[in-house]
Amino acid sequence: MARLPESGMVEKRGAGLWLTHLGLIAGVLVIVFPIWLAFVASTVSQPEIVRPPMPLWPGDQFFENYSKALVSGINAPVARMLFNSAVMAFGIAIGKIVISILSAFAIVYFRFPGRNLFFWLIFLTLMLPVEVRIVPTYEVAANFGMLNSYSGLIFPLIASATATFLFRQFFMTVPDELAEAARVDGARPMRFFWDILLPMSRTNIAALFVILFIYGWNQYLWPLLITTDPSMNTIVMGIKQMFPSGDDIADWPVIMATSILAMLPPVVVVISMQKLFIRGLVDSEK
Amino acid sequence: MATIRIDNVKKRFGQTEVIHGVDIDINDGEFIVIVGPSGCGKSTLLRMVAGLETVTSGEVQIHGKRVNELEPMDRNIAMVFQNYALYPHMSVFDNMAYGLKIAGTAKAEIAERVDKAAQMLQLGDYLDRKPRQLSGGQRQRVAMGRAIVRKPAVFLFDEPLSNLDAKLRVQMRLEIKALQRDLGITSLYVTHDQVEAMTLADRMVVMNAGVAEQIGAPMDVYQDPRTMFVGGFIGSPPMNFLQLRQASDDSMRLPPQIADRIEKAEGPVTVGVRPEHLSLDANGEARFSGRLRYVEPLGAETLVHLVTEGGEQITVRQDGIAQLPEAGSQCVMSSAAEHICLFGKDGARID
Repeated sequence: MARLPESGMVEKRGAGLWLTHLGLIAGVLVIVFPIWLAFVASTVSQPEIVRPPMPLWPGDQFFENYSKALVSGINAPVARMLFNSAVMAFGIAIGKIVISILSAFAIVYFRFPGRNLFFWLIFLTLMLPVEVRIVPTYEVAANFGMLNSYSGLIFPLIASATATFLFRQFFMTVPDELAEAARVDGARPMRFFWDILLPMSRTNIAALFVILFIYGWNQYLWPLLITTDPSMNTIVMGIKQMFPSGDDIADWPVIMATSILAMLPPVVVVISMQKLFIRGLVDSEK
Repeated sequence: MATIRIDNVKKRFGQTEVIHGVDIDINDGEFIVIVGPSGCGKSTLLRMVAGLETVTSGEVQIHGKRVNELEPMDRNIAMVFQNYALYPHMSVFDNMAYGLKIAGTAKAEIAERVDKAAQMLQLGDYLDRKPRQLSGGQRQRVAMGRAIVRKPAVFLFDEPLSNLDAKLRVQMRLEIKALQRDLGITSLYVTHDQVEAMTLADRMVVMNAGVAEQIGAPMDVYQDPRTMFVGGFIGSPPMNFLQLRQASDDSMRLPPQIADRIEKAEGPVTVGVRPEHLSLDANGEARFSGRLRYVEPLGAETLVHLVTEGGEQITVRQDGIAQLPEAGSQCVMSSAAEHICLFGKDGARID
């Protein structure tokens, strides 16, 4: 696997360097501006937002708005919804990785009747997004009494064809001799899995974890269906629930504070896992 | 310490039979090299002894016990792979210790055994490194070390030197030989390189197309090839083969005792003679003639390539300093009668 270069591949000097930086800075400004506005809106008071022009610099209501959002929220405290989202996202990410790495292990390293059939069945479900099977899935979840529960939030989304497929592709690049050497060394299959395959997959696991965590965190439709109790709401759907219906006045500063709070965990996961991910890339070898 | 017995072992992949019944008896402490061209089934045979392939029919015994149904780990063997198959995420120490760890050996003993093996293989300074920080030769040594620390009854080598450069290969070859002699562990070694086979083996098995064509000490196999294939495969440059049309035509004059044997044989006969047994003079009883095509001076020796009237190639090995005729000239070569081998139409030797 390629090492990440310390600096650019070719050292650039002069105008070219400044121009690329200028372009990048402009791009970053464009992308960051709405987020900045959301942040500004979360630090001012309600009248300041509704009165044009919109403020562009943070106000003095930061602590008031954020503590209000975290503790009381509008329907449910945001802290509660953040916790729900975290449980769901971690549950989905970890569950998906565990299930898919085990099924990929079975498909690649064991010869059993219907091996290819199972692989293609898994592969076929790649083509069916959650939305397509959402009605029958809801029916099943409801019959199991999983409405308004963490298991209802997690289990219906936990099978992952993509991750299974990725792990399968990775396992197929691991030389057969490694498995054979382990067999000669006396490792039974699960021992080989724990001691050799799992440590070798840590890069893939880190990368998948980031992707799957964000996938789980950003789930909107499914939590909307499966949870009716506000205390089981996840943050992403919770934001939508905060919008007033009818003549109520939207408490924009609190909604914006919630948005900012909802954004933080994925950012933290990406940044912290990025380090691991890159270290994994540099350390890994085949 | 163990004997190995391979008894009429056959292997089929689906409908294709790749090994057609091989018998080999290996004594305790013996170094056996299986040599043959790629695709001859030599690795498959080794993997059947290792337990990595199932045996279709026949029996593999290690130390007098049938092992056909045993897992590799229960056969008391250790194997060195062509691409080393080191665990990439483990240090050299952990790589060597892994087998012992699984076997539940005490920590102190593992450390002691690994240190001893590392010392033997000059790996002492590298125990904390990862495989990717090692050179090819060092990785090869780690793979050897991993085999040694387990104190197996049998060593299996699957072309362990083919990934090394030529110089290192020669060095490792000597090390493997010395190591095997010191440890006295029965070894089965697969290679396609006939030089490795000649230098390492106590006895070698020449395989071709799923059949063990000849088993014997390297020099016996070299001097007394039982089939045309063996004559052509062992020795570099290989044995010269000449299709015989008549007992004596213009390009070939054979002494009467050989001509008698040819007459008794059924079907066409091929004459085989090694390059070093030919000389560019008419002193021997068996004479050949041909046109000199080109000369390869190698320093200590010179290879002279000729072509007969029938278009067959002949190579003659001469001393480096010998005076040689011009390219394109007609030459006479000869050999002593006892160096002439005759092969029947099925490739088997005619005595």
